[in-house]
Amino acid sequence: MTSEESEIRLPQSKTELFVAFTQMALQGVGGVLVIVQHELVNRRKWLTQAQFVEEWSVAQVMPGPNVVNLCLILGGKYFGVAGALAAVSGLILAPMLLVLTLAILFGGVSDSAVAQGALKGMGAVSGGLIMATGLKLSKTLPQSPLGLWLAIVFAVITFTAVGIFRVPLIGVLLGLGLLACLLTYRALGRAAQRDEGDAK
Amino acid sequence: MNEVLNLSPQDWLSLFTHFALLSLLGVGGAITTAPEMHRYLVDEKNWLTDASFSSSIALAQSAPGPNVLFVALMGWNIGLRAGGGLSAGPLAWALGMMGVLITMVGIMLPSSILTYKATQWTHQNRDLRSVRAFKSGMAPIVIGLLVSTGWLLSAAHHDFQQDWKAWLVTAAATVLMLKTNLHLLWMIAIGGVLGGAGLL
Repeated sequence: MTSEESEIRLPQSKTELFVAFTQMALQGVGGVLVIVQHELVNRRKWLTQAQFVEEWSVAQVMPGPNVVNLCLILGGKYFGVAGALAAVSGLILAPMLLVLTLAILFGGVSDSAVAQGALKGMGAVSGGLIMATGLKLSKTLPQSPLGLWLAIVFAVITFTAVGIFRVPLIGVLLGLGLLACLLTYRALGRAAQRDEGDAK
Repeated sequence: MNEVLNLSPQDWLSLFTHFALLSLLGVGGAITTAPEMHRYLVDEKNWLTDASFSSSIALAQSAPGPNVLFVALMGWNIGLRAGGGLSAGPLAWALGMMGVLITMVGIMLPSSILTYKATQWTHQNRDLRSVRAFKSGMAPIVIGLLVSTGWLLSAAHHDFQQDWKAWLVTAAATVLMLKTNLHLLWMIAIGGVLGGAGLL
């Protein structure tokens, strides 16, 4: 067990899950992933960085909103179906009431030049925050069974394909994703053989 | 926008089934299916105007909470229109809420059930080599995807001559997030104020 793992605390109740995800959702302007990653790993310490990446992988590959999937997975892991419901409703309910109120009050305003400008500014910031989150998570790459260098190559090719050449996500998941999983599968097999060899 | 929509029970049902189908196709989030929603709701059915389609997305992005809430706003706008608009009183508001319920349950329920089942399965089989290979093999891919999501959000400002200031804000946000503990909401707010003042 690493020192990072020994610091892990778990949510104590479904209420705590609901309240925690409500708080995170209300702080997440322009997408909640950045705040969720920060809170879960750095502040509340429910997950290590590496565990977060693992759960996020599943959330990303399955259909549906990624952050909703992540809440569902975590809620389910801690408290089963009821936990999943508590986490997802925490994430959705309060912000939904807020956004509907905003729509009633300022329905037409979002087309104004000021609102468009503000949106552009907030978009520029959240672009940076999401990139920074990705870079922070890349600290887990040395733990990859692929080895650090191959893991970096996969991350860089993925970025180039999606960010620069705009390859559709599904193609990247089925192509690069599958290749990475197959190579990892082989690497895990070799590691297991080595362990057996050591044991003898 | 003023004429009243006549929505039959069949129409509500097909609204639900359409979103339920998109739920299963939305790998990478509900926003990836937005072009298909536009085709169906605006072009084919005329349930939403082009303007209220775009402002639903814009408002959800500028408000706190997960991005999937743009779907709730679309449901709200459709229901409201079916009831004769905001000024038509409580019946219209009730139809608006019904629109929210139908679209949100449609877009979230099928993918959530699928994700929950898949997670349960991977948890029960977490020691299988293939499950471990998937979870750690996808890590470099999802990290590359995160960085490209941030990059694409920023690259919406593609004219460098004109948009260098927005890029500067993105770069500053990336560095501040990596190097300081400045609260994310402050950074978003600063971006919004700079943009709203027309400086970007």
